[in-house]
Amino acid sequence: MNDLIGVVDWSRAQFALTAMYHWLFVPLTIGLALIVAIMETIYVRTGNERWKNITKFWMTLFGINFAVGVATGLILEFEFGTNWSNYSWFVGDIFGAPLAIEGIVAFFMEATFVAVMFFGWNKVSKGFHLASSWLTAVGVCLSAMWILIANAWMQYPVGMKFDPAQMRNVMDDFFAVALSPVAVNKFFHAVACSWVLGGVFVLGVSSWLMLKRRNIEVAKDSIKVGSVVGLVGILATCYTGHGSAVVVSEVQPMKLAAMEGLYEGSVGQSIVAFGVLKPDAEKTPDDPMLFSIDIPKGLSYLIYADGDSFVPGINDLIAGRTITAEGDTVYGQSYEEKMALGMNVRKALADYGMAKKTGDEAAMKAAADAVAKDFDNFGYGYLESPEDAVPPVGMSFYAFHIMVYAGGLLLLVLLVTVWFAWYRSRYLEKTWFCVIGILSVAAAWICGEAGWVLAEVGRQPWVIQNLMPTNAAISGIQPSSVQLTFWIFALVFTALLIAEVSIMLRYISRASKSDIATNH
Amino acid sequence: MSLLNRIAALYVDGFRNMTIGRSLWALIIIKLIIFFAVIKLLFFPDVLATNYDDDASRADAVRQSLSSER
Repeated sequence: MNDLIGVVDWSRAQFALTAMYHWLFVPLTIGLALIVAIMETIYVRTGNERWKNITKFWMTLFGINFAVGVATGLILEFEFGTNWSNYSWFVGDIFGAPLAIEGIVAFFMEATFVAVMFFGWNKVSKGFHLASSWLTAVGVCLSAMWILIANAWMQYPVGMKFDPAQMRNVMDDFFAVALSPVAVNKFFHAVACSWVLGGVFVLGVSSWLMLKRRNIEVAKDSIKVGSVVGLVGILATCYTGHGSAVVVSEVQPMKLAAMEGLYEGSVGQSIVAFGVLKPDAEKTPDDPMLFSIDIPKGLSYLIYADGDSFVPGINDLIAGRTITAEGDTVYGQSYEEKMALGMNVRKALADYGMAKKTGDEAAMKAAADAVAKDFDNFGYGYLESPEDAVPPVGMSFYAFHIMVYAGGLLLLVLLVTVWFAWYRSRYLEKTWFCVIGILSVAAAWICGEAGWVLAEVGRQPWVIQNLMPTNAAISGIQPSSVQLTFWIFALVFTALLIAEVSIMLRYISRASKSDIATNH
Repeated sequence: MSLLNRIAALYVDGFRNMTIGRSLWALIIIKLIIFFAVIKLLFFPDVLATNYDDDASRADAVRQSLSSER
């Protein structure tokens, strides 16, 4: 058992490490691809060579990030096969199909059009080059889309039937998988968040140029484009973020409760605007906060658009308790009952295996029917107590609030930046504003990473919501081997990050000493 | 020049005239070698594909694993 915990924890840590490093590169690729395409559009429409050179400057930074980030996601697929073999088999083609489509279509689309972007200047027509830049921007979004669909399915498994003979989930409705509300929200939320990072990255680099008093007009023009992309992105991020929270309340209510540190829900539930959890919050469920500033009825209103609605807390969900609009307390299925149903499925699976060995077709069918009957609660059969279904509350709570604060800060900065860029450009040169611009880059990355921490930690213990907890998904491998590869990845990815930052800084520094607008 | 020749020329000229791209390609190649020739080969076997010969026995192994007490 201790070995199992060791393998699960180290494998989770390893996956978190590689996914978080991967997400340093991906959103910048998506964001910069759009900005580069917009800048090139300005060049093609105006015919102004200055914009061509500005486009090339940002395109090179896009290229550096693309080159360093490309294939970092492959590591995650290695981990599926080695560390998470039960999971990999169990998800079947539902996970494999989107990843395969991503690999074949989007990667080759990117690879083709990225080549035209970089090698095609003066070799293909302006229109074709511009089309390639836009198709690259679309291609990187499509890449992300398939991965996010696969991730969304883990959070909200739909569009499939479980086959106990194959021990796999078989997709029976592609559109239910691809267009599930979780997938749609997740895709637009992640892409919009990437536009924010792209916009803020342009703001940060341009602010550095202005601090150094180099290429000031190029920096100002770049900020005009970057800030608008960033502002549109942050507004879309807020909108889709709200949509995500509403969907989470429906399909992962435990995550919603954890991200608010809410143990005992109530009618007219407030939302924590700022707060600190008690270290042992679960022991004082009536008052888990050490300190908090609440917005009365805020959570009820945000989730249900009704300030008097009931939002369940962690303990309500465990007990299956809810309060109706009429004020009656009603009990549905408790987690203990779900655990019993999950256990039935496990037993039925064992029966199926025995019947298969003896070739007893009738017993196999009976066992398969028993599996299908309670399959929705399969994962609960692995929990030792109902409390095992509660995610790490502190990490979920702080990740959510850090994401919201960083997002709020970016909204403010981008609003001001758009105003300055288009109407008061002299303020862009102020030292204090340049410092804010540079620091905002870190805020954008923190915001995105915190969002993913919330999404993935908040859904624990599930690797597939309600169907498979992490401890059932794991392979029978040695913790020491996972520890070793954890440190290898830490080393390799840190080296890649250092390489990216140093190549970028060198390029920015070198380019800034020339006239970017004329390329001399 | 035929279309294929023009496409080939685009890539050949592009690679030949690279500046910063050379170090990026070096980085990509080193990275892929580390990923596939070292990490994947030495540390990340596909557990089910390695230990079982066919899909039926892999399914049996997963069923056994998921239905037994852990």
